Amino acid sequence: MNPFLAQQLQPVEAPGIDWGAILPMVIVFGAACVGVLIEAFVPKHQRWSGQVVLTLGSIAAAGIALGAYVSARPEHGVVTMGSTLSIDTPALFLWGTLLALSVAAVLMIADRSVEPGGSFVAQAGIAPGTVQDRAQVQSTGMQTEVFPLALFALGGMMAFTAANDLLTMFIALEVLSLPLYLMCGLARRRRLLSQEAAVKYFLLGAFASAFFLYGLAMLYGYAGSVKLADIATASAGTDRSDTLLFAGLGLLMVGLLFKGSVGPFHTWTPDVYQGAPTPVTGFMAACTKVAAFGGILRVLTVAFEATSWEWRGVLWAVAIISMAIGAVLGLTQTDLKRMIAYSSIAHAGFLLIGTMALTEEGLSGTLFYLLAYGFTTLAAFGVISLVRDSSGEATHLSAWAGLAKRSPLLAGVFTFLLLALAGIPLTSGFVGKFVVFSAALSDGMAPLVVIALVFSAVAAFFYLRVVVLMYFSEPASDGPTVSVPGAFTTASIALGVIITLLLGVLPTFALDWAGAGGFALGG
Amino acid sequence: MTPTYYLLLSALLFSIGAVGVLVRRNAIVVFMCIELMLNAVNLSLVTFARINADIDGQVMAFFVMVVAAAEVVVGLAIIMAIFRTRRSASIDDTNLLKY
Repeated sequence: MNPFLAQQLQPVEAPGIDWGAILPMVIVFGAACVGVLIEAFVPKHQRWSGQVVLTLGSIAAAGIALGAYVSARPEHGVVTMGSTLSIDTPALFLWGTLLALSVAAVLMIADRSVEPGGSFVAQAGIAPGTVQDRAQVQSTGMQTEVFPLALFALGGMMAFTAANDLLTMFIALEVLSLPLYLMCGLARRRRLLSQEAAVKYFLLGAFASAFFLYGLAMLYGYAGSVKLADIATASAGTDRSDTLLFAGLGLLMVGLLFKGSVGPFHTWTPDVYQGAPTPVTGFMAACTKVAAFGGILRVLTVAFEATSWEWRGVLWAVAIISMAIGAVLGLTQTDLKRMIAYSSIAHAGFLLIGTMALTEEGLSGTLFYLLAYGFTTLAAFGVISLVRDSSGEATHLSAWAGLAKRSPLLAGVFTFLLLALAGIPLTSGFVGKFVVFSAALSDGMAPLVVIALVFSAVAAFFYLRVVVLMYFSEPASDGPTVSVPGAFTTASIALGVIITLLLGVLPTFALDWAGAGGFALGG
Repeated sequence: MTPTYYLLLSALLFSIGAVGVLVRRNAIVVFMCIELMLNAVNLSLVTFARINADIDGQVMAFFVMVVAAAEVVVGLAIIMAIFRTRRSASIDDTNLLKY
């Protein structure tokens, strides 16, 4: 008897949908679809303004919907859409973080004053180096498909942080990744580098998601379901095959750690961060990291808490490798974007320590760290996009020598952001590191915290090297110029700096919000 | 007809795909190896659905196929763009970004 025949006789019931809870995500995806229609039907010269209004408007609307829902939400979160999405406190916090970060990122993407026409190519289909390509460098158009792509990526990230089963998580992972692959290849200047970054990111990203998927299949074989809560139930004391469970967990984590650019799975990060257009790099560095660590937190806390003794040792090693690679290789970099990329790998190691704690403090600390790190790194990329020479952005370290004499304000802002990345008190980076490390310490990970402190001291060296270079070196005679940013980039950098300062001086309100509740399990 | 054999076959296909990604040099072939990995996963999912007497695994295989199709669209567009520039799909040639 075929076992499937018996199932087919049951009528299929449509799952209930809590529209109020998922409204922010629906708005973002809906606006992305409208953005595609704008590309198809609106004349070319009106597209940019239409897309900017639509994108910022929809993010604001999603933020308002989120705010309205948060004030009246049920205490322990809801599980909706056939328990595929879990809208609980961490999900809502990460949604708020993602929406706020993407406002800043979209402002940077939309800016057309720093580079005439914006940092995106006018026609991605024209091959670099041809006559048409030289003509389009002068044109002021841009490929406005970037805006709907950014919205799709944002929607995917929101779904990813709320996904309550592995299949939804996989679909969301692809929805967030595929637009990012394309956005990486759309730079106006240095198009070969940009296309190369897109190819590398795509091939390695697809490779990693295949691992994620094989892990999903193993866990499905183990638990008979891909719901996180079912996997947790199955792993708590049964005689099932541990091989399937740990092979599945391992493969799944490879996919997730790749997205978070952690440790030995980081190889794409420096190349893609350097090659992609700087606003996209900022978007990726901030938002993808938030989404990836949101997913890792949920998977580890909800599905694998019972087996934490078995996997924790492996993640210890991964965190140490990640911090070591980020801090040591960051020292040898001569390109600022690559240096920030290695710094993001080191930060991924710190974040992983908080993720491993699996306590309330660990959860709220990691969420706070993500918020703080996202704004700091986004603003840092905003500043990097302002220092330019005739060939585009001057990202080589030597070009930044003596920049404080030419533009004290820019050097001051960048110094502040670097100090935040290094974790100096009165910046959000310090509070973030403090809450994450103290959570790890109270969960019995003292040796790891000591190692992390050593590596954050090593990392501080290469941030301070840039500060010294800016303030105490003689400027080169043919050095870069500092562009005066337009309203959009100014707003974006200002937002990042203000939040970095605010979270450093008054972190309590964000910490309270991050610690307001745990994950909703649901059946 | 033990289902375990199908799982072994799927593991073998997945490994062939993974090794192919690491050793082949043509971006299109690398991409085909990734597709092989995804389809190996489909075989696993369907086999586990059979073992668990549960239809979810078969439904998931459809989701994977749709995602793989979307990935092909994006991937081939990116590989085409770089091929038109360089007249080569070898991933050894794309080496401007390093260290």
